[in-house]
Amino acid sequence: MAVTSTAPDTVPTTSTYREPRRRPAFGRLLAWVFMALGLVVTLFPFYWMLRTALSNTRALAANADSLLPTGFTLGAFERVLGLSTTAEAIAQGGSGASVNFWIYLRNSVVVATTSTAGQVFFGALAAYAFARLSWPGRDKLFFAFITALMIPPIFTILPNFILIKDLGLLDTYLGIVLPTLLMTPFSVFFLRQFFLGIPREIEEAAMIDGAGRFRVFFTIIVPMSAAPITTLSLLTYITSWNDYLWPLLVGKSESVRVLTVALGLFRSQTPQGSPDWAGLMAATLIAALPILVIYAFVGPRLINSIGFSGIK
Amino acid sequence: MTTITSRLRVRGQTRPPRSRPRSDLRAAAMFVLPATIGFVVFYLWPALRGVYYSFTDFSVLSPAEWVGTDNYETLIQDDLVRNAFGVTLQYVLINIGAQTVLAMGLAVLMHRLTKSMAVRGALLLPYLVANVVVALTWFWMLDYQIGIVNQGLDWVGIDRVAFFGDSAWAIPTIAMINVWRHVGYTALLIFAGLQTIPPHLYEAAALDGSGEVRTFFKITLPLLRPVLAMVLVITVTGSFQIFDTVAVTTAGGPVNATRVIYYYIYDLAFTRYEFGYASALSVVLFVVLASVAFAQIKLLRAGESDLA
Repeated sequence: MAVTSTAPDTVPTTSTYREPRRRPAFGRLLAWVFMALGLVVTLFPFYWMLRTALSNTRALAANADSLLPTGFTLGAFERVLGLSTTAEAIAQGGSGASVNFWIYLRNSVVVATTSTAGQVFFGALAAYAFARLSWPGRDKLFFAFITALMIPPIFTILPNFILIKDLGLLDTYLGIVLPTLLMTPFSVFFLRQFFLGIPREIEEAAMIDGAGRFRVFFTIIVPMSAAPITTLSLLTYITSWNDYLWPLLVGKSESVRVLTVALGLFRSQTPQGSPDWAGLMAATLIAALPILVIYAFVGPRLINSIGFSGIK
Repeated sequence: MTTITSRLRVRGQTRPPRSRPRSDLRAAAMFVLPATIGFVVFYLWPALRGVYYSFTDFSVLSPAEWVGTDNYETLIQDDLVRNAFGVTLQYVLINIGAQTVLAMGLAVLMHRLTKSMAVRGALLLPYLVANVVVALTWFWMLDYQIGIVNQGLDWVGIDRVAFFGDSAWAIPTIAMINVWRHVGYTALLIFAGLQTIPPHLYEAAALDGSGEVRTFFKITLPLLRPVLAMVLVITVTGSFQIFDTVAVTTAGGPVNATRVIYYYIYDLAFTRYEFGYASALSVVLFVVLASVAFAQIKLLRAGESDLA
């Protein structure tokens, strides 16, 4: 760390400026200390989730100051995945009530996958019409779509709840995904921005060769936009996976209950005196894990999308 | 599919290429139809219905009954509404204040120290995890009896704090939890803005002997203004809509210390079945949010850049 500020490895790329020569290495060291502190604060809670999930709830109270799992066991995971008997669960500090996070995991996968597929597909169709086709009323309709971004969700959630209830869709997958299945303003906006940047000449060449609009869209535009479509799909999937209020209102019953809703219930069901902390942390890890796995694979793509989308 | 293609082929032969004055209305209609249905049924229509409900007495169980401006008159005198706005405002100030300063710091640190994808990736991590997960994890870490944070306070000899149980601490605690979740994301937005500042300005400042602090206030901050303005508009609007964290930790308590606007609306509609009144409050929230966003854009001159 004791390198001077003019050493090549401390002045990496063009957009970092060259520092004045007399700038002390001490300042740079201090900056690194702050950065390290920020990273520790950011990452520690993830470690703590894991540490607690691998502990025995009954041992937690006596070893609150231990930085390692206390009474190391996989019991908490077995408990929330419905793999242990009631007696085993109670012995390790569980409530004994049967919980099965496999069901909620399945529900979250179904809801997030369906809603992502719908939003991205229909959003891409609409975005193309807004970016490329000329038709009367186009800009007005687009403006209306964008205005919907400004409306706080709670404002439409109340009437939408009534609508879903009147349609008899409470406690169904369809009821949970329907309001965002056909369009979200963000998906249309996001893809339109990208489609606008594709050179017209490519499409025109195809059309002179006799391709229709739909063929141009599916054989030229979609393949060319694989990258932004993937990014949008990831963002949509994560948003849908993490959503809480809407599924809480329309999907309470166990058969369609998603992970976030199940977690809230699990916490409120824990007996007042001795919450099953290990079970709760195991369950939160199960809820977070799929997103963390996706992130491990596509991290840079998501990170780079921030800034140019800027709005999510 | 074949008929469309063949028709276009004929047209392509008879029309000169590149001139395209004709409207693509028919194709466009097919492309935008699904999204437009979604927009009308789940955004436009409910928005209008929401406004209508706000003028009714509506308990879901029986049909809505027109009551004129009754709900709005009740609303003005409702102490819980005043409380909800007060508590939410307190939340927003702490949340946005801390988050913006910390994110700015992290962004500048990243800009100056490292382009490492791993660092950025780690900072973004909390943002990808559900609010509910974040809230429960901190709920556990901040537990009065055996939470690690209170354990830490013990180690350094400070009195334990009932982070969620003490009404003076509850809102700051929830605000800081959400700072933890959002600060990395906000830092990356600001970081993206920093990279648009031409490096030669910094070189010039360094040549002129400008120090770190002076460079930050004279160059970085003014040139970052449009980016910061947009970041603030987005984060402030989002911050007003705090719900998940409150719902799974304090549920509005202790007493009404964390009964934020969103939670109060939810409570009115889904536990007291006062849909009309809840709608009136969400209309007010909408108007407040739109005004705040508008004021920010005007005050911060978000549309203009000084980078001419």
